Amino acid sequence: MTTGTALEEFDPARAAQIVIAGADREGALLPILHALMEAFGHVPGEAVAIVAGALNLSRAEVHGVVTFYHDFRTEPPPRHVFKLCRAEACQARGGEALAVYAEAEARQTDIAVEPIYCLGLCASGPAAMMDGRVVARLTPARIDALYQQARP
Amino acid sequence: MSLRLYVPGDAAALAVGADAVAAGIAAQAAARYIQIEIVRNGSRGAFELETLVEVESAQGRIGYGPIDPHDVAGLADALFVGGPHPKRLGRPEDLPFFARQTRLTFARCGITDPQSLDDYRRFGGLKGLERARTLGPIAIVEAVIQSGLRGRGGAGFPAGIKWRTVAETAAPQKYIVCNADEGDSGTFADRMLMEGDPFLLIEGMAIAGLAVGATKGFIYIRSEYPHAVAAMTRATETARAAALLDAAFDIEVRVGAGAYVCGEETALLESLEGKRGLVRAKPPLPAHRGLFGRPTVINNVLSLAAVPHILADGPEVYRDFGLGRSRGTMPIQLAGNIRNGGLFETAFGVTLGELVDDIGGGTLSGRPVKAVQVGGPLGAYFPRSLFDTPFDYEAFAARDGLIGHGGVVVFDDTVDMARQARFAMEFCAVESCGKCTPCRLGSTRGVEVLDKVIAGVARDANLALIEDLCHTMKLGSLCALGGFTPYPVISALTHFPADFGVPQRVAAE
Repeated sequence: MTTGTALEEFDPARAAQIVIAGADREGALLPILHALMEAFGHVPGEAVAIVAGALNLSRAEVHGVVTFYHDFRTEPPPRHVFKLCRAEACQARGGEALAVYAEAEARQTDIAVEPIYCLGLCASGPAAMMDGRVVARLTPARIDALYQQARP
Repeated sequence: MSLRLYVPGDAAALAVGADAVAAGIAAQAAARYIQIEIVRNGSRGAFELETLVEVESAQGRIGYGPIDPHDVAGLADALFVGGPHPKRLGRPEDLPFFARQTRLTFARCGITDPQSLDDYRRFGGLKGLERARTLGPIAIVEAVIQSGLRGRGGAGFPAGIKWRTVAETAAPQKYIVCNADEGDSGTFADRMLMEGDPFLLIEGMAIAGLAVGATKGFIYIRSEYPHAVAAMTRATETARAAALLDAAFDIEVRVGAGAYVCGEETALLESLEGKRGLVRAKPPLPAHRGLFGRPTVINNVLSLAAVPHILADGPEVYRDFGLGRSRGTMPIQLAGNIRNGGLFETAFGVTLGELVDDIGGGTLSGRPVKAVQVGGPLGAYFPRSLFDTPFDYEAFAARDGLIGHGGVVVFDDTVDMARQARFAMEFCAVESCGKCTPCRLGSTRGVEVLDKVIAGVARDANLALIEDLCHTMKLGSLCALGGFTPYPVISALTHFPADFGVPQRVAAE
């Protein structure tokens, strides 16, 4: 899971290295995009051109894949990402009211609240992922504590 | 000899502080100069007991739960020396939630060290594969057909028939693809199994490979399951080192990228090929032309994980569980607003009411149950009056519902079913792959029309429009996303008309 911390600055030479390292696998595009996300936190237009060249695809095809999947970002990610589950099982456990709270408290911080649909913690909800770490049985107090920890 | 303790490493335990619990126990033991070994087992599946700490004793494994990190200091004496503790549960297998289950697929989950191939062998693992090797391809397929195993992903297609089709299709390369894109809210059995007993899935895929003549397998796991990805990756490496996987059959773990529709088998194949997850029109079936155009067995995690037991103990043992055309056991997932939530594996035939009231203990909030959604975001909402429905593919279909992947999400009386119907359409609009018109446009129009209904604008006319739209989506969509989104919408409208501002209809029978 990629977050704004511990990421490399985008560098075309490094990107080309990552792309070439993964180009030989069957159906290489998704693993390559994941590897770019892992390194840079996003897949900028410049990277799309590199990937397209290496895999003998058009830039439109690669762009289509990058924008089809929710996980791939084209801009650098926020410093902290709080992905709160908004699916039915968490809704049934008060997830929607908690989402209102989480969004309000995240204002004027560098924490971005994003929706996610199911983390498979459906009997422990509301559940979320804070910078890639799973958390469950969330309450406003627990969100306060998580936000507190995320601050520098 | 050191004292052996168990602290689950399953995501449901990690999410409530299991790592801190394990670290706390280790620190307490070190401070007392007690030698301990902490096994990070899978979850036994009672989520409200997590973190469930267990300690080995002369009486068997004794459980304590739920243990929060701040409980550890007070728990140390009970753990290391024995004695009373308010959170002492006794032997977990004696708790009613576990004692009432029939665990075939989840027999080892929560018991063994999931990353130990030795543990896997010691608890009966690899017997199915050994038996499969002596049987040969035709007899393996026959055994799976005889068992009555149906696809556990949702569609319920007989697994053995699918295998036979691939086995009979000649090709230079065939594939086994495991669909681990468990996107339905209210389901977590695939995740638990991959984290808690990964070698079982590897064994099931290896048997499938033998049966149909495939040399390569892929496990496509959703990115929302990072712990399952890590567990399966590590287990495949261990299996390779032990020559359980080799050139004759190897498995690669692939990660999805947040698209719900990729749980649909043909969209998943497109995604594996490195494309957008667009649904393919069928035919051709994946069994004839699947991954990279080659004959492909694509099965859900639970289908493949059921196979080792079928081979090891014989298809008739599996088939003797269940009722009607639903044979064997189903790992049912009790979720949402429920007191005793978690994984409950049992033979088909248990009623919805038993699951929710009796086993599940009603709502967590203590308020009355209003609705239960069975089968994920594309499943119907059932009211209390349908609680006598047995858990069985046909029985649910007869009542305009589906069991899908076995998720049961409970809602109390605070839920607004018109909002839930709107959410179903909204979710479909967000996740639609866009290939077919009824799904792509129908879902967006559905949200708009339901907004009018909720606002009370020309309610009767708009409700008629919703029914018409649902009819079109159901019959005209390429896959289950557009085709089944009408289930939650229409069931909400049928069973809870008051939430849409319509007086309760009298049943027309």
